[in-house]
Amino acid sequence: MNPVRIELQGVTKRYGDSVAVQQVDLRLHAGECVALAGHNGAGKSTLIKLMLGLIHSDGGTVRVLGDDPRSGRAPARLHVGYLPETVALHPAMTGLETLAFYARLKRQPVAGNLALLERVGIARAATKRVSTYSKGMRQRLALAQALLGSPRVLLLDEPTTGLDPALRQNFYEIVNELRAAGATLLLSSHALAEIEGQADRIVVMKNGCKVADGTLEELRRDARLPLVLRLRLADETPEGAVTLPAVWQRLEARRYEWRLPMAEKMNALRSLAALPAEVQDIQLVQPGLDEMYAHFLRREET
Amino acid sequence: MNNILILAGREFRDGLRNRWVMSATLLLTLFALTLALLGSAPTGEVKTSPLAVTVVSLSSLSIFLLPLMALLLSHDAVVGDIERGTMALLLSYPVARTEVLIGKYLGHLGILALATLIGYGIAGLLTQWVSTGSLEADVQTWLPWLVLMASSILLGACFLALGYLVSTCVHERPTAAGIAIGLWLFFVLIYDMAVLGILVADQGRFLTPQLLSWLLTINPADVYRLINLTGFADTARFSGMAALSGHARLGLPALSAILLAWTVLPFVFASLIFQRKQL
Repeated sequence: MNPVRIELQGVTKRYGDSVAVQQVDLRLHAGECVALAGHNGAGKSTLIKLMLGLIHSDGGTVRVLGDDPRSGRAPARLHVGYLPETVALHPAMTGLETLAFYARLKRQPVAGNLALLERVGIARAATKRVSTYSKGMRQRLALAQALLGSPRVLLLDEPTTGLDPALRQNFYEIVNELRAAGATLLLSSHALAEIEGQADRIVVMKNGCKVADGTLEELRRDARLPLVLRLRLADETPEGAVTLPAVWQRLEARRYEWRLPMAEKMNALRSLAALPAEVQDIQLVQPGLDEMYAHFLRREET
Repeated sequence: MNNILILAGREFRDGLRNRWVMSATLLLTLFALTLALLGSAPTGEVKTSPLAVTVVSLSSLSIFLLPLMALLLSHDAVVGDIERGTMALLLSYPVARTEVLIGKYLGHLGILALATLIGYGIAGLLTQWVSTGSLEADVQTWLPWLVLMASSILLGACFLALGYLVSTCVHERPTAAGIAIGLWLFFVLIYDMAVLGILVADQGRFLTPQLLSWLLTINPADVYRLINLTGFADTARFSGMAALSGHARLGLPALSAILLAWTVLPFVFASLIFQRKQL
């Protein structure tokens, strides 16, 4: 396993009476892209803020690149990139000035800034003020500042909200390059389907607790969600004219559904051939990330 | 140190960009010129330096204007950046929190100092030129003016620091604005009125002149007044504070030290609170 870059042990954070994060253990390794999922207020941003040292934990230890992020001017911060949830950049500065300002703070040469703006696709607006930028452009500029100095750790809080699909594609290309270069990435999101295929591992948070942590395959196995087959009869078929095997549940007129465990998938598919001729269409619905995610959130409640 | 300069430069440039510097400079120049040219008119016959007269009227103006400008600039400095999210991003960089605070403060102070120097500088030069036809004068003539400019900047620095303290303590911007206005009202208006009220009601039984001058040395706005209105014989006579200056035993260095303390102490408190602040 690659070296550990971020380590959280039994971390708890309270705001007054409410617990934002409770007893969370988390390890992120080099060259790993981890998705942090959870609904709003589940503690995703709190975790990221703890890793940045913006807030202090009430228990447990936080280590980023071997350092305690609270220790004021942590030199480790030179190698950490952060993309905040709400992109906040100074509107009166131009894109290039914004990047120069942050590059100087990170002790990086400003010479590479234009290339960086090109990489995120806003080189043409480099000398325009941020106040004239669209939301997507601001998001890209914010991403560019997070990429300054090829960070070893990248914490991206809701990075793809507000990006159109083309941009999102572009964004994940950059993510993949960074991962290949050995960076540790943490993406938080409440739309899990978006991360599908991008993250090596998924951590699901709920009410401040970690409820799932593993690869997509592991989570899928763990969730044991049913496969769903949906069937539609031809439009003119009168009600009751066709008898289907008992496993099919009637949804509405001429529409039926069969929920079955994953393991029986092949057998079920073979049995479909025996269905009567009135069956016009069959749909196979795999449990997606969003259903799995909903499942993990539900499971904790019961 | 480097980080502080980067941050101060950014803050200053922001002030230039969003027209803060320009409007502040224009405002101060306009007021200073009006007062300087109007104020020096009636003294044409008297053998006093017109500059001294202008110092009196300008310092009375500064007492209102500079604290207000300083608080307007500073009340938003920390809480505003936190609300906008720029602070969280900034603190994810390898900068210490104290550096952030000092850098921003110096940037704001630069804005205020520039506006004061330009505004009052122009007014001073013009007054002297209009009244005597030349800019040649000895140090004694210029000194009250230079002290006025320096102490005005120091007064601004005090209220900037107070504004920073307010801005680090509160959680919401409107609260900061409210408290800033309250501070301004208290130090600039209410304090003096209260002292005056006590003075009248007391009829000199309890409130001795010593106690009065001591009361005046607590409030930075009054310290500023003492510096500019009693510091020089000419200005003291014109401001009607000659009697008071007799009791004020504190000289210019001590009064400046009080203003400096009013700057450093709030700022140190702000810095300590900011260290512990959870974003």
